[in-house]
Amino acid sequence: MSRKSVMPGFGPTIGFTLLYLGLVVLIPLSTLVFESFKLSWDDYVHIITSKRVLSSFRVSFIAALIAASVASIFGFITAWVLVRYSFFGKNIFHALIDLPFALPTAVAGIVLATIFQPSGFLGKLLSDLFGLQVAFKPIGIVIALIFISIPFVVRTVEPVLLEFETSMEEAGSSLGATRLQIFTKIIFPNIFPALLTGFALAFARGVGEYGSVIFIAGNIPYVSEIVPLLIVIKLEQYDIEGATAIALTMLVISFFLLFLINLLQLWVRKRSGQL
Amino acid sequence: MSILLSDISKNFGNFAALNHINLEVPEGELVALLGPSGCGKTTLLRIIAGLEHTDKGRVIINGQDKTDQTVSQRGIGFVFQHYALFRHMTVFENVAFGLRVKPRRDRPSNDFITKKVHSLLDLVQLDWLHNRYPDQLSGGQRQRIALARALAVEPSVLLLDEPFGALDASVRKDLRQWLRNLHHELHVTSIFVTHDQEEAMEVASQVVVLNHGQIEQQGSPTDIYDHPANAFVSKFIGQTNIFDLDEHDNDWLQTAGLLQPSQQGKIAHVRPHDIIIEKTDNHHTAPATLKDWQHLGALIRIELVKNESNGSDAPVFAEMPNEQFKQLELAKGDKVKLKVRQAHWFH
Repeated sequence: MSRKSVMPGFGPTIGFTLLYLGLVVLIPLSTLVFESFKLSWDDYVHIITSKRVLSSFRVSFIAALIAASVASIFGFITAWVLVRYSFFGKNIFHALIDLPFALPTAVAGIVLATIFQPSGFLGKLLSDLFGLQVAFKPIGIVIALIFISIPFVVRTVEPVLLEFETSMEEAGSSLGATRLQIFTKIIFPNIFPALLTGFALAFARGVGEYGSVIFIAGNIPYVSEIVPLLIVIKLEQYDIEGATAIALTMLVISFFLLFLINLLQLWVRKRSGQL
Repeated sequence: MSILLSDISKNFGNFAALNHINLEVPEGELVALLGPSGCGKTTLLRIIAGLEHTDKGRVIINGQDKTDQTVSQRGIGFVFQHYALFRHMTVFENVAFGLRVKPRRDRPSNDFITKKVHSLLDLVQLDWLHNRYPDQLSGGQRQRIALARALAVEPSVLLLDEPFGALDASVRKDLRQWLRNLHHELHVTSIFVTHDQEEAMEVASQVVVLNHGQIEQQGSPTDIYDHPANAFVSKFIGQTNIFDLDEHDNDWLQTAGLLQPSQQGKIAHVRPHDIIIEKTDNHHTAPATLKDWQHLGALIRIELVKNESNGSDAPVFAEMPNEQFKQLELAKGDKVKLKVRQAHWFH
């Protein structure tokens, strides 16, 4: 560095960061890339464009997208309630929010499958009332993903809401704005970057989620089979090349999408004067 | 527009923040709500604005009872101590906000908004910053933008909560002057809250002194300084020497030229500039010793020690112009005689 930074310790900390990234992220992932070089380009394209693989990609990404969107709305409302109001049992509520973080995802999957299956408590209710079957359908995947991704949204939005100056709202109302205008024009734009981060985390988690999904999804090829499951299936059939090709593609798409969300975030922050 | 507060009371739990406040602010005045922290001045301002509900009493602005209206219906302008600018909007959009959120039938055209915002930014002399975000401005600039934003909706009254409280001393001095000039130009009825008596005296045309949720005195700055209604006001406004006098002090009272009017009380408050010093050689009747002095520009502040009849010492402060002090040719430790020009008596 040509310019001396005021904050000491740049050398050791960046060194540690690079070491960590190398050991934990880059080396394992590059193995994946090297492994896939064993395949010829034609073989690779052949595996990736097979109908079953394409369907699983569609299922995985669409389900994660829907789940992250729904989780963003629910999570925002939950964070709002936790920050803005005080009520009896708030601390228990706080602990409940984090439960999906700690619970083995397979447990969540089994529980969800049990209550949403046609003879289960909620499953019966839904099919009686709306004729809707949730378990063993793509919508079951969405529900499992919402369950595991809400805490990501709550925990990213909450601190930003907590820091939000209520005097900005008071200023808005003194200028004649309605409650709705204050929310849409003042509160939401200030929270939006954090909500976007929460969305990205929820989405990333959703795309990679395996344990909670496989029990409720039914795993019907072409319909409700997710990419991580397909990778496991290929591995069980000793089709290492096939598994590697799918995994690599998944990696590239995920990285690209997260990168895109980061750019969007940068743009939002710049536009709102936070950078 | 005039503001009338009748019998306002407000409690926070067991704490009575405001106690039967009656106050009338005539149209076009610039009023300071002055008091120590915790006296209820900010609560009173927020009640006038509608940001806080009153437990009892009515808020009447320009003859209309506004007690049950929300802040957004009252048509007031509010300026916050920490500016409360919308940080995700440019300076221009901040000022335009009040016009843009009007219901569609009242909302002015875009051209009108642009013109109005630029004229307001000209008024606060910051039009060149219209593209910036609040985080890129200094404190003084932010507060001027906040004022322009409040003025955009043409409020019937302007309320300012410690508007200079977060600024450093030199900026604060400039802005005080500037606010007074702006008020002369616009004549919008304004109330500002401050704990700084100098600021209140310098800026306001009327000062309301509050303590413990009650109004101690209301009047022009001159009134309040020259005729304090009680001991609290006298102590809070300007500097004062407090003499708790009894019959042992009769000698001193005579040499000082103070006649104790017994029915007015036995505590005398004397402003430093109302104390006259005379050099004396008679050590026995000399009631004070010169301890030290400081230059305050045109004035000299003199620290004296008054020799009490019971043997203890009490500090006394006097002030006089530089020239006069030089002529006295005093040195530290000199004995002096004190004369009192005038005093305020309290019980």
